[in-house]
Amino acid sequence: MLRFFFQRLLWFAITLWVVVTVSFFLMRQVRGGPFDGERALNEAIERNIKARYHLDWPQWKQYLQYVGPLNLDDHGAQFLGGDGTDVFTGILVGDFGPSFKYRDFTVNDIIGQSLPISISLGVISLMWALLLGLSAGIASALWRGSTTDVALRLVATTGIALPNFTVAGFLVIFFVFTIPLLPVAGYGSWRHLVLPGFALGAPFAAYIARLTRTGMLEVLSQDYIRTAHAKGLPPRLVLLRHALKGGLLPVVSYLGPATAGILTGSLVIERIFAIPGTGSHFVNSALNRDYTLAMGVTILYTVLVYALNTLVDFAYTLLDPRIKLEES
Amino acid sequence: MAGKNPKSWDLGGKNFEELASEAAKFKGESLWQDAWRRLKANRTAWWSLLFLGVFMTIAMIAPLMPIPSPVFLDLQLEPQPPIWPWTNFGTGGFEPQYWELSALDNFMVDTRVAIFGDWQTGPWLGTDGKGRDILSRIIWGSRTSILVSLAAAFCSLAIGVSYGAVAGYLGGRIDNLMMRVVDILYSIPFIFLVIFLITIVNEYRAELEDNYGIDRETVFYVVIGAVYWLTMARVVRGQVLSLRNQEFIEAARVLGASTARIVFVHLVPNVLSIVIVYLTLTIPAVMLFEAFLSFLGLGIEPPKVSWGILAVDGSEMVNPVKLYWWLVLFPAGAMGTTLLALNLLGDGLRDALDPKMRGRD
Repeated sequence: MLRFFFQRLLWFAITLWVVVTVSFFLMRQVRGGPFDGERALNEAIERNIKARYHLDWPQWKQYLQYVGPLNLDDHGAQFLGGDGTDVFTGILVGDFGPSFKYRDFTVNDIIGQSLPISISLGVISLMWALLLGLSAGIASALWRGSTTDVALRLVATTGIALPNFTVAGFLVIFFVFTIPLLPVAGYGSWRHLVLPGFALGAPFAAYIARLTRTGMLEVLSQDYIRTAHAKGLPPRLVLLRHALKGGLLPVVSYLGPATAGILTGSLVIERIFAIPGTGSHFVNSALNRDYTLAMGVTILYTVLVYALNTLVDFAYTLLDPRIKLEES
Repeated sequence: MAGKNPKSWDLGGKNFEELASEAAKFKGESLWQDAWRRLKANRTAWWSLLFLGVFMTIAMIAPLMPIPSPVFLDLQLEPQPPIWPWTNFGTGGFEPQYWELSALDNFMVDTRVAIFGDWQTGPWLGTDGKGRDILSRIIWGSRTSILVSLAAAFCSLAIGVSYGAVAGYLGGRIDNLMMRVVDILYSIPFIFLVIFLITIVNEYRAELEDNYGIDRETVFYVVIGAVYWLTMARVVRGQVLSLRNQEFIEAARVLGASTARIVFVHLVPNVLSIVIVYLTLTIPAVMLFEAFLSFLGLGIEPPKVSWGILAVDGSEMVNPVKLYWWLVLFPAGAMGTTLLALNLLGDGLRDALDPKMRGRD
């Protein structure tokens, strides 16, 4: 068990290193820098700005400076981030540096403000997805071929079949313009997150329903379920204690990608509902060539996805004793 | 074993040759023949297949059909609501305006002009804010969306299944290494990668086209396809892990089957049902991803049209003042029915391919 986690930690470090290195150099290969605007800057000003952010250094030196708590400046001058008071210490100690576009903020400030919002949105939509998906999937598997099954599958398929901004559009038409129940956009109270959470979670609820149905059908046709029934166990017990464990395996392995999908999907939903989360920085920073912010958000998402995938693998072994952690 | 004489077995008074010729009279049925027969018996799946077939045919011959041009602008003040076919079946005034088409498509457009002249159907599904016909845009959009999703699905199928099956079967260190590679790729938030690649391609599109003949859309297909094999690999590997220790694999190994044979002949058919279920999830996912990129302005570029662009156009027109329902409903309906048919077909295939169902019903 402990070995498993140490192995994962090692691979995590490698993954992170690959992601940081690749995106660092990839980003700097693209034409255009963070300070290019409509008008060309005065040459002296541009030189000064570049010197302030060390963009005039060779790339390997910038990279070392970015990663580690090193001071590579020839004159020992320190790289000040944010409002010009904090010393930039490198990502190894969790400092993502100053944002190039939002001049007075460090990347840590920006993430610290927006991440909690994104996380609460993500949690709400994941809860919607699990609640709706699991119950619909189990119901369809139990009553396979019935009207309930057909109806649930139709609804689930519609959920898969529509882009989340279209779902959001329909929701807004119904629950805001037609029946004024909820606020149309913005962020403040839990009521602001109900519609976005649902729009974001709906496709995942539909996937989960399908996976649960497939998994449950697979399990319900197994011999050990027949045995359990033959022993005279009450059907509810057979379902909850014997079938559910095996039937949920595909869902568990899907939770990792689902969370990643919810994280990226929030990009669109946050924009539609004007929620000030991390998603909006994701695209904008890449387009603005805001190197540090883009790197910070990428690293953050990498860490989140990796941690969740490890958790999922761990849960997998708890549910299916045939798969051993040591083996993988 | 070696000492046993076959003649001592009770053969019912027949010798081996007679028995063998008797057995040869029974016509064997492969898994696929069986599955095909049962798919045809499943009415929902069969109709879905027919629907998708018709739909793809329409998409392919779109330039031949007497529909208005999908990009012909008629700048009015606001979107026109649908006019039913029995009110306005069609009018003249067709303008053969398109983006740069392939030679085959150009030939089809010429044929269409030769057959129908400048006659075109009326605005049966209404027009959008720039006076473009929605029906025509949906049909032309389906070409793009189908192409993207097929290309990406094929990529994910080919790479994902072989990768996952090999990793799961070999197990141990190799499996560990292969799956960690998948993990690393997984952990790279690929949306970032896609955004990045597309930005880069945008910057260098002239060079790419002039020097290598690669256009932006090819990159688009390859990038999406190369991203979607990851889930497939994981799922297949998970299934193979639980299959590899079962008796029939051991039996194959004892009989001296090679690794490649075991993986592709014995293991892959057994995971195919779950692969198909995932494939019917991948195709919609790719179509939706295209919509997502269009929303961010990184997808297919206007004047070209795709379902994603239509969905974005529609949802941008949602406002509390006036409801342009046809802009939201029809594109969503086209996408919804197609993906519904795909899913129902996938379910039918799943039931038809399930080895445990073999020989039943």
